[in-house]
Amino acid sequence: MEGKKDKNPRIRVKMDSTEFGDLLNDGNKSSDFHQEHHHKETFITKYIFSQDHKMIAKQYLITGVLFMGFIGIALSLLFRLQLAWPEESFAVFDIFLGKWAPEGVMDPNIYLALVTIHGTIMVFFVLTAGLSGTFSNLLIPLQIGARDMASGFLNMVSFWLFFLSSAIMLSSLFVEAGPAAAGWTIYPPLSALPQAQSGSGMGMTLWLISMAIFVASSLLGSLNYIVTVINLRTKGMSLFRMPLTIWAFFVTAIIGVISFPVLLSAALLLIMDRSFGTSFFLSDIFIQGEVLHYQGGSPVLFEHLFWFLGHPEVYIVLLPALGITSEIIATSSRKPIFGYRAMVASIIAIAFLSTVVWGHHMFISGMNPFLGSVFTFTTLLIAIPSAVKAFNYITTLWKGNLQFNPGMLFSIGLVSTFITGGLTGIILGDSTLDINIHDTYFVVAHFHLVMGISALYGLFAGVYHWFPKLFGRMMNKNLGYIHFWITAISAYGVFFPMHFIGMAGLPRRYYTNTAFPYFDDLADINVVITLFALLAGAAQLVFLYNFIASMFFGKVAEQNPWRSNTLEWTTPVKHLHGNWPGKIPHVHRWAYDYSKPGQKEDFVSQIVPIGENEEISEH
Amino acid sequence: MIGLLTVAVLLLMGIAIWQINNIYQLIQNSTSNKRDNSQIATEKDNDTQGKLMFAFLVFIYIVTIYCFWAYSKVLLPEAASEHGVPYDRLLWISFAIILFAQTITQALLHYFAYKYRGINNRKAFFFTHDNNLELIWTVIPAIVFFCLIIYGMLTWSNIMNFNEQDEDAIVIELYAQQWNWKARYGGQDNVLGDANVRFLNDYDGRNSVGIDSSDPNGWDDIVVTQEFHIPVNRKIIFKMRSQDVLHSAYMPHFRAQMNCVPGMITEFSFTPTKTTAEMRMNADVAAKVERINKIRYNKSKELIAKGEEGLDSYQFDYLLLCAKICGTSHYNMQMKIVVDSEKDYNKWISSKEAFSSIMQ
Repeated sequence: MEGKKDKNPRIRVKMDSTEFGDLLNDGNKSSDFHQEHHHKETFITKYIFSQDHKMIAKQYLITGVLFMGFIGIALSLLFRLQLAWPEESFAVFDIFLGKWAPEGVMDPNIYLALVTIHGTIMVFFVLTAGLSGTFSNLLIPLQIGARDMASGFLNMVSFWLFFLSSAIMLSSLFVEAGPAAAGWTIYPPLSALPQAQSGSGMGMTLWLISMAIFVASSLLGSLNYIVTVINLRTKGMSLFRMPLTIWAFFVTAIIGVISFPVLLSAALLLIMDRSFGTSFFLSDIFIQGEVLHYQGGSPVLFEHLFWFLGHPEVYIVLLPALGITSEIIATSSRKPIFGYRAMVASIIAIAFLSTVVWGHHMFISGMNPFLGSVFTFTTLLIAIPSAVKAFNYITTLWKGNLQFNPGMLFSIGLVSTFITGGLTGIILGDSTLDINIHDTYFVVAHFHLVMGISALYGLFAGVYHWFPKLFGRMMNKNLGYIHFWITAISAYGVFFPMHFIGMAGLPRRYYTNTAFPYFDDLADINVVITLFALLAGAAQLVFLYNFIASMFFGKVAEQNPWRSNTLEWTTPVKHLHGNWPGKIPHVHRWAYDYSKPGQKEDFVSQIVPIGENEEISEH
Repeated sequence: MIGLLTVAVLLLMGIAIWQINNIYQLIQNSTSNKRDNSQIATEKDNDTQGKLMFAFLVFIYIVTIYCFWAYSKVLLPEAASEHGVPYDRLLWISFAIILFAQTITQALLHYFAYKYRGINNRKAFFFTHDNNLELIWTVIPAIVFFCLIIYGMLTWSNIMNFNEQDEDAIVIELYAQQWNWKARYGGQDNVLGDANVRFLNDYDGRNSVGIDSSDPNGWDDIVVTQEFHIPVNRKIIFKMRSQDVLHSAYMPHFRAQMNCVPGMITEFSFTPTKTTAEMRMNADVAAKVERINKIRYNKSKELIAKGEEGLDSYQFDYLLLCAKICGTSHYNMQMKIVVDSEKDYNKWISSKEAFSSIMQ
């Protein structure tokens, strides 16, 4: 199938496209592989219903990260304004919230809705679909040496289901009674009964439909990633020669397949309770002067089902970010990643443990206290592989020759917030200590640092690092530096003080603290937090500008700008369907031969055969 | 502080805009399609960014120290319950461990970033793995976590596995609904009568927690709103119920929290060790109250200047709050808890009417 290099591919393509135009649609303009299959791509097949993994990666990046991310962050800024200056009138509320902010003062119901949709969008749409969708799609075929995903069609369907679910989620912002407002965890009965909350009507219905479609999209994507990694590795790419990015994406996809269906079942049962009168999660309810017919269900069951997904979800968000970081830290330190096998083992250990710790969200839910002990045990176990990862990152930096490109800054930033946020997990994971800080701002501070900020840093690191691969151009480094430093300072500025508010006893999801004079002295801290949040928001505009400007006007990238070992940098700068113009390269070594003694350069691509007197790197 | 931050924000925004302008100029100058490596970090960039990494370490330390220095005073005062003492001890031991780990690891991370910032023509040290090192940092955290797990589990089972048959304990039901709390006492027999939401509409809706009037245990039950009293140094067993959605009974000063779940009865128990009056004398609490009243006084002045009513002055009381999102007024679902001496408690409870008075 793979032909010789053609001197003038354009003519060849033109000829092919006239001959085979309508037969198949995986053609391209500048490659000569599959030359009998070429046809002219239309705008629709190239940019909209594309089956090319690189285009789908870009689609995820733009819809999931840039668009949904922008909305998710903007929503958080709105409620941060309310928290710092409670019940004050803001013109921006008047503009964006309309009837939900009479005379510019935010309504308590829309506050809860903003919190809910912010959480939903950031966790699912930005950090799950946006992060995995972009980088698994881009990197899995490129780094394992495959022409494309195992099924380009399913991949396309996965993206469009994601798009549909995003559209439905956003449309819920515009329904009469408001969007879902029961928190992103949508615990029934609050989420099940429209009488309990206006957002639990149409808004919640749309939320559930959107998430059901989202799960379908996520499953199609994950199955595709798993099959591709297992089956389509190029010759020589044994499992233990795979870059850590691929390990992370692979394992992430597996836990996604294990846990997402459980969310779907929880959502379906909730739909049944809401619309068809079943009592899976409801029992003995009296609301608005009326006893409801529900009998025998339990909200605790929903909590179990939700967190069976919800906790692995944290690692679905985090592992790809850690994979990206591993790759970037090794490349930019010009050193092999320290303890490659330990890193793989800890990814697998974290993934396994992540499915048996969900109960730590439920220590005081009313479940048997004995279960609390069990989940404390498993939860603190997960700290061990996490600690191993952190130490291995630090050791990778040691005696390196660090190249501080923006991607590297964000990777180091990730390690920093992963440690800071992870350590407070030791407190929350302990059932005893959880009693008094459960559902306070301490939790909010903890999970924002360890999964929110860390995963976002991983995402940014990935965007800066693989922008040349995505768009063939470089992002501006100085804007990248500005973006990183403002973000890093404001992230700690926001979340460090927030721990103290939580330890002062302030529960989360309070529209205002003014109802309790006891919390009056927290007002100043809330103002500080909001100022840092606004600063962080402003910094993201720098990124947005840099991204869009560089996409069109950035410096044209070299083929291997970071002097990296992995296979994606052996493909031409200009994208072509099938990735490599000639044969798929074979792999002869692991991905981390950086600064290997006896080599001329400080990197050796995976496609370079082992030299005659060269020692194979033991890893 | 805020003024300083505002200046910092404006300054950084200014820098951002200036840089954006710069890059725009650059873009205008070179939109040619020549490959170039000007956007890859140079030795000079490595130098600057490496030094900034070190500065960032200093920043993290300063933020940590500042937060502990400036915000420690807002933290909860010493525990007012028996189990709160071991709770606080475990909390601060855990904090000591994580602060130690945080200080060391952040230092190593950022110092290495600074120390090994890239220099042209230097080759990094080829170091793929070291089993001994990895063993050390697997085993040490494992030992530390193991100790913490054991300590935590013992404390947890002491708190959660209380003796329900304790004759001396007072049984109180905390009853949650959108958006208020009620408390029910067992009355003379200290036994709560059966209850269900299906009885809520009995007696023209005056059966406010749905007591089953066919159960004699419930006839002497006492239901109170707004505030409930408990005697100091007596074990209290709380039984939690909710009539509509999930709530969470959160009593931070007693280090106590338990969700209220419709359709089931959840439990928590603690022994209060300090009366409200004693707690008001506590130095931390007194200082906090004084601070809060200063804030409220200043706010009142503003409000009165605007022709609105001023704020009441504040005095400390124990609180029962809702910590689980429960709808519109989740933020204002509160009940006052008063810890009395045994004598005052008896006086207070004997002035309350039993359920039987509603039944007649």
